[in-house]
Amino acid sequence: MWVAKHKLATRLWHWVNALTIFVLLGSGLMILNAHPNLYWGQFGANFDQPWFRVAWVFEGGRVPGWLTIPSTYNLALARRWHLTFALVLGFGLLLFMVASLINRHFQRDLRLRASELAPAHLARDVREHLALRFHDPKQPGAFNTLQKLSYVGVIFVLLPLAIATGLTMSPGINAAAPWLLDLFGGRQSARSIHFIASMAIAGFIIVHLALVILAGPVNEVRSMITGRWRVPGEDYR
Amino acid sequence: MSLITRRMLIGGLAAGAGGLLAGCDAAGQNEQIRGLIFKGADWNQWTQRALMDRNALAREFRVDQMSPVFRTNGTRNPGTPDYAAHAAAGFADWRVRVDGLVARPQSFSVADLLSMPQRAQITRHDCVEGWSAIGKWQGPRLATLLDAAELSTRARYLVFHCADRYAGGRPYYESIDLIDAFHLQTILALGLNDRRLDIGHGAPARLRVERQLGYKQAKYVERIEAVADLTPLYGGKGGLWEDIAGYEWYAGI
Repeated sequence: MWVAKHKLATRLWHWVNALTIFVLLGSGLMILNAHPNLYWGQFGANFDQPWFRVAWVFEGGRVPGWLTIPSTYNLALARRWHLTFALVLGFGLLLFMVASLINRHFQRDLRLRASELAPAHLARDVREHLALRFHDPKQPGAFNTLQKLSYVGVIFVLLPLAIATGLTMSPGINAAAPWLLDLFGGRQSARSIHFIASMAIAGFIIVHLALVILAGPVNEVRSMITGRWRVPGEDYR
Repeated sequence: MSLITRRMLIGGLAAGAGGLLAGCDAAGQNEQIRGLIFKGADWNQWTQRALMDRNALAREFRVDQMSPVFRTNGTRNPGTPDYAAHAAAGFADWRVRVDGLVARPQSFSVADLLSMPQRAQITRHDCVEGWSAIGKWQGPRLATLLDAAELSTRARYLVFHCADRYAGGRPYYESIDLIDAFHLQTILALGLNDRRLDIGHGAPARLRVERQLGYKQAKYVERIEAVADLTPLYGGKGGLWEDIAGYEWYAGI
């Protein structure tokens, strides 16, 4: 049995983002290499106290080349990648949100019902995940609760947070919208939150890819291309 | 799905990610893609300029919010015999010329600049590298100098020619457009934190253009030239770092 699973807007945005977020994470880590310390507050430089140093994680104090774009030190080129793809991320998210309200993806597929957030239900969802059962046979096309929570977390919390803190690092935007500085507690705080949100997004991607593999990669990737998803039969009890 | 295929898939994903990163290195050298990601700076500049109030002020901070130490960066000392002689003389003979597309070319001494109405502002300096420092800058508004020189209506940009030299003897220079040149907070700073500028911070005069990144804040300014076009100057991209490293000309982001 097949079900219509992913809408066109979802599929388009997914693959645009697969490239965009990959470029943003890699170029962002290269930009971090230009000053590999993070601070809280309005200011922060070499004589101030950082709360995080890349040197605590990587030998030599720089993010290694296999994680950065470009792979050898080039702040200017990393900024070109980052700031161009930041536009794709920001306007892409906006378009996806509008489309998903119109095609009712948000209302139908991502809305969390109160019963789903009950501790007993969440505990059962966790047990089902540990047993590698990811869909409800009665509603095979629906997302499970942990899935909904993580998608809602990324779409409505992490991505907007990364975009807003990114904007707060722009001195031009600071003049135009000084309230952003107050919201995040200063430019260096915004830079720190930007990094934390980015790492959370990277964490989401790792779990997401692992679950795609566990749920059946061919079926899952095909459904994100064609929109149609085969309900697993004998493979699942 | 068997474990072996899964393992192959994970291996494939890892190899794919590695391949993509290598692909980005190659893409960064490809002329078309390079053209596209370099165009992004124009889109960002256009979007910011279209959406923001052109007179919007950079945040000004309180005295207790200032950085305990305001680090230096870039050239710490131009180090030329000429500059050393000026420094030894307390910059008594230093001149800041204003010329190019102006009706009355000017040549200001430091004393002339100090006698103009002064503006003091506690603002945040943001290096393109990511660090920030807050300090108090003081000096005449650039608009005061430009008004004295009677800027031509053909002028579109102000170019700041500096006394420091980079690899191969390239002079440092930077440029801004008229929106930033006449902005209330754009000053030719002569002082930092209630003292005259020291050599590390650009003595005797440096630009402060508060809505842009640190590399626009030209130090050791000797000459301000009004031009209609940036392309005939030096590398043609409007600044030393723009020419040699590929930084964005609009550094508001």
